[in-house]
Amino acid sequence: MAKIITVTSGKGGVGKTTTTAAIGAALARTGDKVVVVDFDVGLRNLDLIMGAERRVVYDFVNVIQGDARLPQALIKDKRLDSLFLLPASQTRDKDALTEEGVDKVIGDLSRHFDWVICDSPAGIERGATLAMRHAEIAIVVTNPEVSSVRDSDRIVGILDAKTLKAERGETVDKRLLLTRYDPVRAARGDMLKTEDVLEILSLPLLGIVPESPDVLKASNMGVPVSINDPNSAPARAYHDAALRLKGEDIAMETPRQRLGLFGKFLRRAA
Amino acid sequence: MNAVSQTGPSIRFRGRSFMAMTLVADGPLQGWLADFDVWLQRSPGFFTGRIVVLDFADAAQSKADVERWIGELATRGVRLVGLEGVRPSLVDATMPPVLRGGRDATLVVTDNVTVSATTPAEPRKPAEPVNMLVERRIRSGQSIVCLEGDVTIIGSVGAGAEIIAGGSIHVYGTLAGRAIAGATFGANAQIFCTKLEAELLAVDGIYRTAEDIDDAFRGKAVRVSTADETLRIAAL
Repeated sequence: MAKIITVTSGKGGVGKTTTTAAIGAALARTGDKVVVVDFDVGLRNLDLIMGAERRVVYDFVNVIQGDARLPQALIKDKRLDSLFLLPASQTRDKDALTEEGVDKVIGDLSRHFDWVICDSPAGIERGATLAMRHAEIAIVVTNPEVSSVRDSDRIVGILDAKTLKAERGETVDKRLLLTRYDPVRAARGDMLKTEDVLEILSLPLLGIVPESPDVLKASNMGVPVSINDPNSAPARAYHDAALRLKGEDIAMETPRQRLGLFGKFLRRAA
Repeated sequence: MNAVSQTGPSIRFRGRSFMAMTLVADGPLQGWLADFDVWLQRSPGFFTGRIVVLDFADAAQSKADVERWIGELATRGVRLVGLEGVRPSLVDATMPPVLRGGRDATLVVTDNVTVSATTPAEPRKPAEPVNMLVERRIRSGQSIVCLEGDVTIIGSVGAGAEIIAGGSIHVYGTLAGRAIAGATFGANAQIFCTKLEAELLAVDGIYRTAEDIDDAFRGKAVRVSTADETLRIAAL
Protein backbone atom coordinates (compact mmCIF):
# COMPACT_ATOMS: atom_id res chain seq x y z
CA MET A 1 0.00 0.00 0.00
CA ALA A 2 1.20 3.44 -0.92
CA LYS A 3 1.91 6.34 1.36
CA ILE A 4 -0.42 9.14 0.32
CA ILE A 5 1.02 12.65 0.43
CA THR A 6 -0.87 15.87 -0.19
CA VAL A 7 1.04 19.00 -1.13
CA THR A 8 -1.01 21.97 0.03
CA SER A 9 -0.66 25.60 1.11
CA GLY A 10 -3.89 27.59 0.93
CA LYS A 11 -2.12 30.43 -0.82
CA GLY A 12 -1.37 30.30 -4.54
CA GLY A 13 2.02 30.73 -6.16
CA VAL A 14 4.07 29.44 -3.23
CA GLY A 15 5.39 26.39 -5.10
CA LYS A 16 2.95 23.50 -4.59
CA THR A 17 3.19 22.20 -8.13
CA THR A 18 6.96 22.67 -8.29
CA THR A 19 7.24 20.79 -5.00
CA THR A 20 4.95 17.97 -6.13
CA ALA A 21 7.03 17.40 -9.26
CA ALA A 22 10.37 17.77 -7.46
CA ILE A 23 9.56 15.49 -4.52
CA GLY A 24 7.90 12.98 -6.86
CA ALA A 25 10.96 12.83 -9.10
CA ALA A 26 13.34 12.71 -6.13
CA LEU A 27 11.45 9.75 -4.62
CA ALA A 28 11.28 8.00 -8.00
CA ARG A 29 15.04 8.43 -8.39
CA THR A 30 15.53 6.28 -5.29
CA GLY A 31 13.72 3.48 -7.17
CA ASP A 32 10.28 3.84 -5.56
CA LYS A 33 7.15 3.74 -7.73
CA VAL A 34 5.59 7.19 -7.62
CA VAL A 35 2.45 8.73 -9.10
CA VAL A 36 1.78 12.47 -8.97
CA VAL A 37 -1.89 13.45 -9.22
CA ASP A 38 -3.04 16.90 -10.37
CA PHE A 39 -6.12 17.94 -8.39
CA ASP A 40 -6.17 21.43 -9.89
CA VAL A 41 -9.05 20.77 -12.29
CA GLY A 42 -9.60 23.77 -14.54
CA LEU A 43 -6.14 25.24 -13.98
CA ARG A 44 -3.90 22.28 -14.56
CA ASN A 45 -0.16 22.89 -14.57
CA LEU A 46 1.51 19.77 -13.26
CA ASP A 47 1.66 18.31 -16.79
CA LEU A 48 3.63 21.37 -17.91
CA ILE A 49 6.08 21.23 -15.01
CA MET A 50 6.56 17.50 -15.69
CA GLY A 51 6.99 18.13 -19.44
CA ALA A 52 4.11 15.78 -20.30
CA GLU A 53 1.62 18.26 -21.77
CA ARG A 54 2.14 16.94 -25.28
CA ARG A 55 1.06 13.45 -24.29
CA VAL A 56 -2.18 14.07 -22.38
CA VAL A 57 -5.11 12.11 -23.82
CA TYR A 58 -7.33 11.26 -20.87
CA ASP A 59 -7.44 12.90 -17.48
CA PHE A 60 -8.57 12.49 -13.88
CA VAL A 61 -12.14 13.58 -14.65
CA ASN A 62 -12.38 11.12 -17.57
CA VAL A 63 -11.41 8.31 -15.19
CA ILE A 64 -13.92 9.40 -12.54
CA GLN A 65 -16.71 9.66 -15.10
CA GLY A 66 -15.86 6.27 -16.58
CA ASP A 67 -14.77 7.58 -20.00
CA ALA A 68 -11.31 6.06 -19.57
CA ARG A 69 -9.65 3.42 -17.44
CA LEU A 70 -6.98 4.50 -15.00
CA PRO A 71 -4.02 2.92 -16.88
CA GLN A 72 -5.08 4.81 -20.04
CA ALA A 73 -4.88 8.14 -18.24
CA LEU A 74 -1.54 7.58 -16.49
CA ILE A 75 1.43 9.15 -18.30
CA LYS A 76 4.82 7.59 -17.76
CA ASP A 77 7.72 9.96 -17.25
CA LYS A 78 10.33 9.92 -20.01
CA ARG A 79 13.30 10.23 -17.70
CA LEU A 80 12.34 8.06 -14.75
CA ASP A 81 10.74 4.65 -15.33
CA SER A 82 9.01 4.56 -11.97
CA LEU A 83 7.40 8.02 -12.17
CA PHE A 84 3.83 8.51 -13.44
CA LEU A 85 1.43 11.44 -13.81
CA LEU A 86 -2.36 11.56 -13.61
CA PRO A 87 -3.20 14.90 -15.28
CA ALA A 88 -6.15 17.13 -14.42
CA SER A 89 -8.76 18.31 -16.89
CA GLN A 90 -8.53 21.89 -18.09
CA THR A 91 -12.06 22.22 -19.45
CA ARG A 92 -13.98 21.22 -16.35
CA ASP A 93 -14.19 22.69 -12.88
CA LYS A 94 -13.59 21.25 -9.47
CA ASP A 95 -17.21 20.11 -9.14
CA ALA A 96 -16.40 17.39 -11.66
CA LEU A 97 -14.45 15.62 -8.92
CA THR A 98 -16.71 13.57 -6.69
CA GLU A 99 -15.85 12.12 -3.30
CA GLU A 100 -16.64 8.57 -4.44
CA GLY A 101 -14.68 9.03 -7.67
CA VAL A 102 -11.62 10.34 -5.85
CA ASP A 103 -11.88 7.54 -3.27
CA LYS A 104 -11.88 4.92 -6.01
CA VAL A 105 -8.99 6.41 -8.00
CA ILE A 106 -6.78 6.97 -4.95
CA GLY A 107 -7.63 3.44 -3.73
CA ASP A 108 -6.61 1.94 -7.07
CA LEU A 109 -3.42 3.99 -7.26
CA SER A 110 -2.34 3.12 -3.74
CA ARG A 111 -2.43 -0.59 -4.60
CA HIS A 112 0.10 -0.15 -7.41
CA PHE A 113 2.46 2.56 -6.19
CA ASP A 114 4.74 3.21 -3.23
CA TRP A 115 3.86 6.90 -3.12
CA VAL A 116 0.76 8.79 -4.29
CA ILE A 117 1.43 12.54 -4.27
CA CYS A 118 -1.62 14.79 -4.62
CA ASP A 119 -1.03 18.33 -5.91
CA SER A 120 -3.70 20.46 -4.26
CA PRO A 121 -5.20 23.53 -5.91
CA ALA A 122 -4.87 26.83 -4.06
CA GLY A 123 -7.71 27.84 -1.79
CA ILE A 124 -9.69 25.97 0.82
CA GLU A 125 -12.66 24.92 -1.29
CA ARG A 126 -13.81 21.61 -2.64
CA GLY A 127 -10.76 20.91 -4.82
CA ALA A 128 -8.36 21.46 -1.94
CA THR A 129 -10.39 19.44 0.55
CA LEU A 130 -10.72 16.56 -1.91
CA ALA A 131 -6.97 16.61 -2.51
CA MET A 132 -6.23 16.33 1.22
CA ARG A 133 -9.00 13.81 1.99
CA HIS A 134 -6.79 10.71 1.81
CA ALA A 135 -3.57 12.27 3.05
CA GLU A 136 -1.40 10.41 5.51
CA ILE A 137 1.34 13.00 5.16
CA ALA A 138 0.66 16.64 4.30
CA ILE A 139 3.46 18.80 2.99
CA VAL A 140 2.50 22.37 3.88
CA VAL A 141 4.35 24.61 1.43
CA THR A 142 4.98 28.05 2.90
CA ASN A 143 6.92 31.13 1.86
CA PRO A 144 8.60 33.14 4.60
CA GLU A 145 6.09 35.98 4.49
CA VAL A 146 3.07 36.78 6.62
CA SER A 147 0.23 36.13 4.17
CA SER A 148 1.59 32.72 3.23
CA VAL A 149 2.11 31.77 6.86
CA ARG A 150 -1.41 32.79 7.80
CA ASP A 151 -2.90 30.77 4.93
CA SER A 152 -0.79 27.77 5.91
CA ASP A 153 -2.06 28.05 9.47
CA ARG A 154 -5.60 27.97 8.11
CA ILE A 155 -4.83 24.90 5.98
CA VAL A 156 -3.35 23.07 8.96
CA GLY A 157 -6.63 23.61 10.79
CA ILE A 158 -8.54 22.16 7.86
CA LEU A 159 -6.14 19.19 7.69
CA ASP A 160 -7.05 18.47 11.30
CA ALA A 161 -10.77 18.62 10.56
CA LYS A 162 -11.64 17.52 7.05
CA THR A 163 -9.43 14.55 6.22
CA LEU A 164 -10.39 10.88 6.48
CA LYS A 165 -7.75 10.52 9.19
CA ALA A 166 -9.35 13.34 11.15
CA GLU A 167 -12.75 11.70 10.79
CA ARG A 168 -11.28 8.51 12.22
CA GLY A 169 -9.89 10.47 15.15
CA GLU A 170 -6.29 10.21 13.93
CA THR A 171 -4.05 13.06 12.84
CA VAL A 172 -2.37 13.71 9.52
CA ASP A 173 1.43 13.83 9.68
CA LYS A 174 2.03 17.46 8.72
CA ARG A 175 5.45 18.73 7.60
CA LEU A 176 6.48 22.26 6.79
CA LEU A 177 8.39 22.93 3.58
CA LEU A 178 9.74 26.45 3.44
CA THR A 179 10.15 27.54 -0.18
CA ARG A 180 11.43 30.63 -1.98
CA TYR A 181 13.75 31.24 0.92
CA ASP A 182 16.01 34.11 0.00
CA PRO A 183 19.21 34.17 2.10
CA VAL A 184 20.04 37.73 1.07
CA ARG A 185 16.69 39.09 2.18
CA ALA A 186 16.76 36.91 5.27
CA ALA A 187 20.13 38.44 6.24
CA ARG A 188 18.66 41.92 5.72
CA GLY A 189 15.72 41.02 7.91
CA ASP A 190 13.19 41.59 5.09
CA MET A 191 11.74 38.12 5.47
CA LEU A 192 10.24 36.17 8.29
CA LYS A 193 12.93 34.09 9.97
CA THR A 194 12.72 30.33 9.79
CA GLU A 195 12.36 30.16 13.56
CA ASP A 196 9.44 32.61 13.48
CA VAL A 197 7.61 30.56 10.86
CA LEU A 198 8.25 27.37 12.81
CA GLU A 199 7.00 29.00 15.97
CA ILE A 200 3.79 30.29 14.38
CA LEU A 201 2.95 27.03 12.61
CA SER A 202 4.62 24.63 15.08
CA LEU A 203 5.15 21.92 12.50
CA PRO A 204 8.23 19.75 12.00
CA LEU A 205 10.43 21.13 9.23
CA LEU A 206 10.74 18.97 6.10
CA GLY A 207 13.15 21.26 4.30
CA ILE A 208 14.12 24.75 3.21
CA VAL A 209 14.23 25.38 -0.52
CA PRO A 210 16.11 28.51 -1.55
CA GLU A 211 14.75 30.99 -4.06
CA SER A 212 16.69 30.27 -7.22
CA PRO A 213 16.60 30.94 -10.96
CA ASP A 214 17.12 27.16 -11.33
CA VAL A 215 13.48 26.62 -10.34
CA LEU A 216 12.09 28.83 -13.10
CA LYS A 217 14.58 27.42 -15.59
CA ALA A 218 13.50 23.85 -14.83
CA SER A 219 9.79 24.79 -14.99
CA ASN A 220 10.22 26.37 -18.40
CA MET A 221 12.00 23.26 -19.64
CA GLY A 222 9.32 20.97 -18.23
CA VAL A 223 11.72 19.09 -15.98
CA PRO A 224 11.19 18.64 -12.22
CA VAL A 225 13.81 20.87 -10.58
CA SER A 226 15.17 17.98 -8.49
CA ILE A 227 16.40 16.13 -11.59
CA ASN A 228 17.13 19.00 -13.95
CA ASP A 229 20.43 19.90 -12.33
CA PRO A 230 20.85 17.57 -9.32
CA ASN A 231 23.68 19.68 -7.93
CA SER A 232 21.74 22.93 -7.83
CA ALA A 233 20.75 24.21 -4.40
CA PRO A 234 16.98 23.69 -4.81
CA ALA A 235 17.55 20.17 -6.20
CA ARG A 236 19.63 19.21 -3.17
CA ALA A 237 17.01 20.65 -0.82
CA TYR A 238 14.26 18.60 -2.47
CA HIS A 239 16.37 15.43 -2.43
CA ASP A 240 17.04 15.81 1.26
CA ALA A 241 13.31 16.43 1.85
CA ALA A 242 12.46 13.24 -0.09
CA LEU A 243 14.92 11.22 1.98
CA ARG A 244 13.42 12.67 5.17
CA LEU A 245 10.00 11.50 3.95
CA LYS A 246 11.51 8.02 3.60
CA GLY A 247 12.47 8.20 7.24
CA GLU A 248 16.16 9.00 6.86
CA ASP A 249 17.77 11.37 9.29
CA ILE A 250 19.38 14.11 7.19
CA ALA A 251 20.81 17.22 8.78
CA MET A 252 18.89 20.40 7.95
CA GLU A 253 20.79 22.89 5.85
CA THR A 254 19.81 26.55 5.95
CA PRO A 255 20.65 28.24 2.67
CA ARG A 256 23.22 30.93 3.26
CA GLN A 257 24.18 34.02 1.41
CA ARG A 258 27.35 33.31 -0.52
CA LEU A 259 29.78 36.13 0.08
CA GLY A 260 33.09 36.81 -1.56
CA LEU A 261 35.95 38.30 0.41
CA PHE A 262 34.92 41.76 -0.63
CA GLY A 263 31.37 41.18 0.52
CA LYS A 264 32.53 39.90 3.89
CA PHE A 265 34.70 42.94 4.30
CA LEU A 266 31.86 45.31 3.44
CA ARG A 267 29.47 43.57 5.76
CA ARG A 268 31.86 43.86 8.67
CA ALA A 269 32.47 47.50 7.90
CA ALA A 270 28.76 48.28 7.81
CA MET B 1 -70.27 37.30 -44.77
CA ASN B 2 -70.27 33.79 -46.00
CA ALA B 3 -66.55 33.19 -45.96
CA VAL B 4 -67.04 29.59 -44.98
CA SER B 5 -68.30 28.53 -48.36
CA GLN B 6 -65.85 30.63 -50.35
CA THR B 7 -63.29 28.87 -52.45
CA GLY B 8 -59.76 30.23 -52.29
CA PRO B 9 -56.19 29.24 -51.65
CA SER B 10 -56.12 26.13 -49.49
CA ILE B 11 -54.05 26.16 -46.29
CA ARG B 12 -52.62 22.86 -45.15
CA PHE B 13 -52.06 21.98 -41.51
CA ARG B 14 -49.84 19.10 -40.58
CA GLY B 15 -48.63 17.69 -37.28
CA ARG B 16 -44.89 17.43 -36.87
CA SER B 17 -42.74 16.80 -33.82
CA PHE B 18 -39.36 18.26 -32.92
CA MET B 19 -36.90 17.59 -30.19
CA ALA B 20 -36.68 20.47 -27.72
CA MET B 21 -34.40 21.03 -24.79
CA THR B 22 -35.97 21.94 -21.48
CA LEU B 23 -34.28 24.29 -19.05
CA VAL B 24 -35.67 23.84 -15.56
CA ALA B 25 -36.09 27.14 -13.72
CA ASP B 26 -35.53 25.66 -10.30
CA GLY B 27 -34.52 28.10 -7.63
CA PRO B 28 -34.32 31.87 -7.34
CA LEU B 29 -33.48 33.69 -10.57
CA GLN B 30 -30.27 35.42 -9.43
CA GLY B 31 -28.56 32.30 -8.12
CA TRP B 32 -29.71 30.24 -11.08
CA LEU B 33 -28.39 32.82 -13.53
CA ALA B 34 -25.03 32.96 -11.76
CA ASP B 35 -24.61 29.19 -12.26
CA PHE B 36 -25.95 29.44 -15.76
CA ASP B 37 -23.48 32.18 -16.70
CA VAL B 38 -20.55 30.13 -15.42
CA TRP B 39 -21.75 27.21 -17.48
CA LEU B 40 -22.42 29.31 -20.56
CA GLN B 41 -18.99 30.87 -20.34
CA ARG B 42 -17.43 27.44 -20.69
CA SER B 43 -19.74 26.39 -23.50
CA PRO B 44 -20.47 29.57 -25.40
CA GLY B 45 -22.78 29.20 -28.34
CA PHE B 46 -24.29 26.05 -26.84
CA PHE B 47 -27.83 27.40 -27.35
CA THR B 48 -27.25 28.74 -30.82
CA GLY B 49 -29.97 27.32 -33.07
CA ARG B 50 -31.38 25.11 -30.35
CA ILE B 51 -35.06 24.73 -29.57
CA VAL B 52 -35.45 25.54 -25.89
CA VAL B 53 -38.46 25.22 -23.58
CA LEU B 54 -38.43 26.81 -20.12
CA ASP B 55 -39.99 24.68 -17.39
CA PHE B 56 -41.05 26.72 -14.33
CA ALA B 57 -41.91 23.57 -12.36
CA ASP B 58 -44.93 25.47 -10.91
CA ALA B 59 -42.59 27.83 -9.08
CA ALA B 60 -43.47 31.07 -10.86
CA GLN B 61 -45.41 33.41 -8.54
CA SER B 62 -46.25 36.33 -10.76
CA LYS B 63 -46.35 37.48 -14.34
CA ALA B 64 -43.43 39.79 -13.61
CA ASP B 65 -41.47 36.72 -12.52
CA VAL B 66 -42.11 34.97 -15.81
CA GLU B 67 -41.22 38.10 -17.75
CA ARG B 68 -37.92 38.46 -15.91
CA TRP B 69 -36.87 34.87 -16.65
CA ILE B 70 -37.71 35.21 -20.33
CA GLY B 71 -35.94 38.57 -20.56
CA GLU B 72 -32.76 37.41 -18.79
CA LEU B 73 -32.51 34.32 -20.98
CA ALA B 74 -33.11 36.38 -24.12
CA THR B 75 -30.17 38.65 -23.26
CA ARG B 76 -28.03 35.50 -23.06
CA GLY B 77 -29.05 34.37 -26.52
CA VAL B 78 -31.51 31.71 -25.39
CA ARG B 79 -34.68 31.99 -27.46
CA LEU B 80 -37.62 30.15 -26.00
CA VAL B 81 -40.21 28.40 -28.16
CA GLY B 82 -42.47 27.50 -25.25
CA LEU B 83 -43.11 27.50 -21.52
CA GLU B 84 -43.96 24.60 -19.27
CA GLY B 85 -45.13 24.17 -15.69
CA VAL B 86 -46.64 27.63 -15.42
CA ARG B 87 -50.23 28.76 -14.84
CA PRO B 88 -51.81 30.10 -18.07
CA SER B 89 -52.95 33.20 -16.14
CA LEU B 90 -49.32 34.29 -15.78
CA VAL B 91 -48.71 34.17 -19.52
CA ASP B 92 -49.82 36.72 -22.09
CA ALA B 93 -49.81 36.78 -25.87
CA THR B 94 -46.35 38.36 -26.11
CA MET B 95 -44.77 35.34 -24.41
CA PRO B 96 -44.00 31.94 -25.88
CA PRO B 97 -46.99 29.56 -25.71
CA VAL B 98 -47.56 27.16 -22.84
CA LEU B 99 -46.81 23.56 -23.80
CA ARG B 100 -48.29 20.42 -22.30
CA GLY B 101 -47.83 16.70 -22.65
CA GLY B 102 -44.05 16.70 -23.00
CA ARG B 103 -42.19 13.43 -22.60
CA ASP B 104 -38.60 13.01 -21.51
CA ALA B 105 -36.07 11.80 -24.04
CA THR B 106 -32.35 11.28 -23.77
CA LEU B 107 -30.12 14.06 -24.92
CA VAL B 108 -26.36 14.21 -24.65
CA VAL B 109 -25.30 17.26 -22.72
CA THR B 110 -21.79 17.75 -21.47
CA ASP B 111 -22.29 19.34 -18.12
CA ASN B 112 -24.37 19.10 -15.01
CA VAL B 113 -26.90 21.85 -15.65
CA THR B 114 -30.37 20.37 -15.33
CA VAL B 115 -31.41 19.72 -18.87
CA SER B 116 -33.86 17.25 -20.26
CA ALA B 117 -35.49 17.00 -23.62
CA THR B 118 -39.19 17.15 -24.22
CA THR B 119 -40.97 15.61 -27.17
CA PRO B 120 -44.59 16.57 -27.67
CA ALA B 121 -45.08 13.48 -29.82
CA GLU B 122 -42.89 11.00 -31.72
CA PRO B 123 -39.22 12.05 -31.70
CA ARG B 124 -37.65 12.65 -35.06
CA LYS B 125 -34.13 13.57 -36.01
CA PRO B 126 -33.70 17.08 -37.33
CA ALA B 127 -33.67 17.01 -41.11
CA GLU B 128 -30.58 19.19 -41.44
CA PRO B 129 -27.41 19.36 -39.39
CA VAL B 130 -27.14 22.29 -37.01
CA ASN B 131 -23.76 23.96 -37.46
CA MET B 132 -22.12 26.35 -35.09
CA LEU B 133 -20.15 29.47 -35.92
CA VAL B 134 -18.09 31.11 -33.20
CA GLU B 135 -16.44 34.43 -33.98
CA ARG B 136 -13.98 34.90 -31.17
CA ARG B 137 -10.93 33.40 -29.54
CA ILE B 138 -11.51 30.23 -27.52
CA ARG B 139 -9.49 30.43 -24.33
CA SER B 140 -7.87 27.79 -22.17
CA GLY B 141 -10.48 25.82 -20.26
CA GLN B 142 -13.36 26.70 -22.58
CA SER B 143 -15.17 23.96 -24.38
CA ILE B 144 -17.20 24.30 -27.57
CA VAL B 145 -19.50 21.37 -28.12
CA CYS B 146 -21.78 20.84 -31.11
CA LEU B 147 -22.78 17.24 -31.54
CA GLU B 148 -25.32 17.96 -34.29
CA GLY B 149 -22.97 19.35 -36.92
CA ASP B 150 -19.82 21.27 -37.80
CA VAL B 151 -18.04 23.88 -35.73
CA THR B 152 -16.34 26.84 -37.34
CA ILE B 153 -14.13 29.09 -35.25
CA ILE B 154 -13.10 32.49 -36.59
CA GLY B 155 -10.19 33.05 -34.21
CA SER B 156 -7.67 30.95 -32.37
CA VAL B 157 -8.17 28.03 -30.01
CA GLY B 158 -5.86 28.36 -27.00
CA ALA B 159 -3.89 25.58 -25.33
CA GLY B 160 -6.18 23.81 -22.89
CA ALA B 161 -9.34 24.68 -24.85
CA GLU B 162 -11.42 21.99 -26.49
CA ILE B 163 -13.62 21.79 -29.58
CA ILE B 164 -15.92 18.79 -29.96
CA ALA B 165 -17.99 18.50 -33.14
CA GLY B 166 -20.40 15.89 -34.42
CA GLY B 167 -19.04 16.73 -37.87
CA SER B 168 -16.02 18.68 -39.03
CA ILE B 169 -14.04 21.40 -37.28
CA HIS B 170 -12.75 24.52 -39.05
CA VAL B 171 -10.41 26.88 -37.27
CA TYR B 172 -9.45 30.13 -38.98
CA GLY B 173 -6.57 30.83 -36.64
CA THR B 174 -4.10 28.91 -34.53
CA LEU B 175 -5.37 25.59 -33.21
CA ALA B 176 -3.39 25.07 -30.00
CA GLY B 177 -6.00 23.17 -27.99
CA ARG B 178 -7.76 19.87 -28.54
CA ALA B 179 -9.96 19.23 -31.58
CA ILE B 180 -12.28 16.22 -31.56
CA ALA B 181 -14.25 15.84 -34.80
CA GLY B 182 -16.69 13.23 -36.04
CA ALA B 183 -18.20 12.59 -32.59
CA THR B 184 -21.58 11.91 -34.23
CA PHE B 185 -21.03 11.58 -37.96
CA GLY B 186 -17.82 9.57 -37.79
CA ALA B 187 -15.14 9.12 -40.37
CA ASN B 188 -16.55 11.63 -42.88
CA ALA B 189 -15.54 14.46 -40.60
CA GLN B 190 -12.29 16.38 -40.97
CA ILE B 191 -10.38 19.06 -39.11
CA PHE B 192 -9.08 22.16 -40.88
CA CYS B 193 -6.95 24.88 -39.39
CA THR B 194 -4.75 27.68 -40.65
CA LYS B 195 -2.01 27.08 -38.07
CA LEU B 196 -1.49 23.77 -36.33
CA GLU B 197 -0.17 23.75 -32.76
CA ALA B 198 -2.70 21.25 -31.42
CA GLU B 199 -2.41 19.27 -28.18
CA LEU B 200 -4.61 16.54 -29.56
CA LEU B 201 -6.35 15.82 -32.86
CA ALA B 202 -9.11 13.23 -33.11
CA VAL B 203 -11.43 12.20 -35.91
CA ASP B 204 -13.98 9.44 -35.37
CA GLY B 205 -12.25 8.38 -32.16
CA ILE B 206 -8.81 7.98 -33.75
CA TYR B 207 -6.47 10.41 -32.05
CA ARG B 208 -2.93 11.69 -32.04
CA THR B 209 -1.31 13.77 -29.30
CA ALA B 210 1.15 16.64 -29.85
CA GLU B 211 3.99 14.21 -29.20
CA ASP B 212 3.02 12.09 -32.22
CA ILE B 213 2.24 14.88 -34.64
CA ASP B 214 4.98 15.29 -37.24
CA ASP B 215 6.91 18.50 -36.51
CA ALA B 216 6.85 19.26 -40.24
CA PHE B 217 3.18 20.25 -39.85
CA ARG B 218 3.72 22.53 -36.83
CA GLY B 219 2.63 26.06 -37.56
CA LYS B 220 1.27 25.04 -40.97
CA ALA B 221 -2.21 25.12 -42.46
CA VAL B 222 -3.43 21.53 -42.50
CA ARG B 223 -6.37 19.24 -42.94
CA VAL B 224 -6.82 16.14 -40.83
CA SER B 225 -8.85 13.14 -41.94
CA THR B 226 -9.05 9.42 -41.37
CA ALA B 227 -8.37 6.60 -43.78
CA ASP B 228 -8.02 2.93 -42.93
CA GLU B 229 -8.33 3.58 -39.21
CA THR B 230 -5.39 5.97 -39.16
CA LEU B 231 -5.25 9.71 -38.82
CA ARG B 232 -3.93 11.52 -41.89
CA ILE B 233 -2.51 15.01 -41.69
CA ALA B 234 -1.88 16.88 -44.93
CA ALA B 235 -0.82 20.41 -45.76
CA LEU B 236 -3.56 22.64 -47.13
